[in-house]
Amino acid sequence: MREIAFGQFYPGSSLLHKLDPRAKIIMLIAFIVLVFCTANYVSLAVVAASVLGIVLLSEVPLRMYFKSLKMIIVIVLITSALNLFYGTGEPIWQWGVLKITLSGINNAVFVSARIICLILISSVLTFTTSPNDLTDAIERLLKPLTVFHVKVHEIAMMMTIALRFVPLLLEETDKIMAAQKARGADMESGSLVQRIKALIPVLIPLFVSAFRRAYELAVAMECRCYQGGQGRTRMKILKLRKRDYLSCAVVIILIVGVVLCNVFLPQTVR
Amino acid sequence: MSTIKVENLCCTYGEKTPFEQHAVKNVSFEINRGDFVGLIGHTGSGKSTLVQMLNGLIKPTSGKVYVDDVDLWAKPKEIRKFRFKVGLVFQYPEYQLFEETVYKDIAFGPSNMGLSESEIKERVIKAAKFVGLKPELLNKSPFDLSGGEKRRAAIAGVIAMEPEVLILDEPTAGLDPVGRNVLLSQISQYQKAKNNTVILVSHSMEDVARVTNKVMVMNKGELAMYGNTQDVFAKSTELSKMGLRVPQITKVIDALRAKGIALPEGILTVDRAVCEITELLKKEGKM
Repeated sequence: MREIAFGQFYPGSSLLHKLDPRAKIIMLIAFIVLVFCTANYVSLAVVAASVLGIVLLSEVPLRMYFKSLKMIIVIVLITSALNLFYGTGEPIWQWGVLKITLSGINNAVFVSARIICLILISSVLTFTTSPNDLTDAIERLLKPLTVFHVKVHEIAMMMTIALRFVPLLLEETDKIMAAQKARGADMESGSLVQRIKALIPVLIPLFVSAFRRAYELAVAMECRCYQGGQGRTRMKILKLRKRDYLSCAVVIILIVGVVLCNVFLPQTVR
Repeated sequence: MSTIKVENLCCTYGEKTPFEQHAVKNVSFEINRGDFVGLIGHTGSGKSTLVQMLNGLIKPTSGKVYVDDVDLWAKPKEIRKFRFKVGLVFQYPEYQLFEETVYKDIAFGPSNMGLSESEIKERVIKAAKFVGLKPELLNKSPFDLSGGEKRRAAIAGVIAMEPEVLILDEPTAGLDPVGRNVLLSQISQYQKAKNNTVILVSHSMEDVARVTNKVMVMNKGELAMYGNTQDVFAKSTELSKMGLRVPQITKVIDALRAKGIALPEGILTVDRAVCEITELLKKEGKM
């Protein structure tokens, strides 16, 4: 249960940990767009190199990144295989209906490189930013939407609570599983149907306790007169510093570089 | 013959991560059949991890656990067998109830053992009686019971497997004083009736002093003391260094002894203290 690496905070004190979460979210969005803007091998190499540089800068052990990559490796393989055989143009290799073309190879390389970059760069955000900072930043970034009567604070609050509940529920699941195993429940063997049936003694107490916890939390919040975001002050005030502006500037330079590559060099994919 | 033997047991959580933690360090002991052992220790001292290794829920990082002289992890595929031999009741066990009726919930353990329908029925009724659960409650939904009744039903669910060793992790936590006393004496009666081994994990020194004959003290993952209840509670200075204390009445008697009143050492329960004090008063002709 504890093996889920994607979306886990890894405490540290690197430059990336210290950056303002708002800046990090915006830079992540910029990077995601950038990854899909790469049109030739030069720009792809630039983006991939900078992603790797950021990964190293985060001072999070590479093992953690491999763990989060492990989960999507199947998706990468399937999509690149599909792209490999669906290229257009002169076939280099043919076997029945299967044919590999140069554009197919290019597409496969780009797709897999893009997905891997995407996962790595978003892992950097979740590894270096605590869930609380993350929701805080999202709330700040969405604030302009209050003009359209979007309840930004409530949405952020729900996200915070949901994130807070994930480890609690995982812990609870572990506990209930252990308790049922102590009564001889067999969860490791048997057919698929048997295994699903074996989950019932875990799921029912889990649901009951999730509702109980939600109810208790609601009561506790009401007892403290909690009511929405209006007039609420913050304990931690986010402030953009020099390093935030500098890193944003670096990302902008990178964007300009990639765009120039795309414009002045021949495009390999679309 | 010892029912449980543990050799150099270690357990480390989150190995090779920044969260690495040695929950249990190099623990060895033997528990004989028929012993009622109290397991005490500060929060986070490794008590829960230790008891979960005794029935194979947690695999030790190193070291061996023997139940009836058989190595627990010799055949990892047959580990379930030991869960029926060593019954473990978790903290707040009422949160594990899930069946439609209390009867079915108590029957969950025995039916996992593959017993016949009639034997399951016999065991469920017997277990319910042991923990003092009224027979008419058996057909109710476990979610309709009161907190104390739920606790009893959950404990009955483990007792119904008739384990040779029964481990209870804080069985009285969160119960009212009357419920505590009743539950404790029922556990004590169960132990005496079957001459089974029982391990009681508790934060209440009074509870431990009342029912156990041996006490194990865990401190920072190590086994700090293990001996007869009286001997362990005689070391009040060592215990308080570990953030533990002796039963209140023992403290009172010690204070009286320090004032020169001739009471015997090692009085652990209020009942015993009353006896000794009245005897003393009679001897001195004041009563």
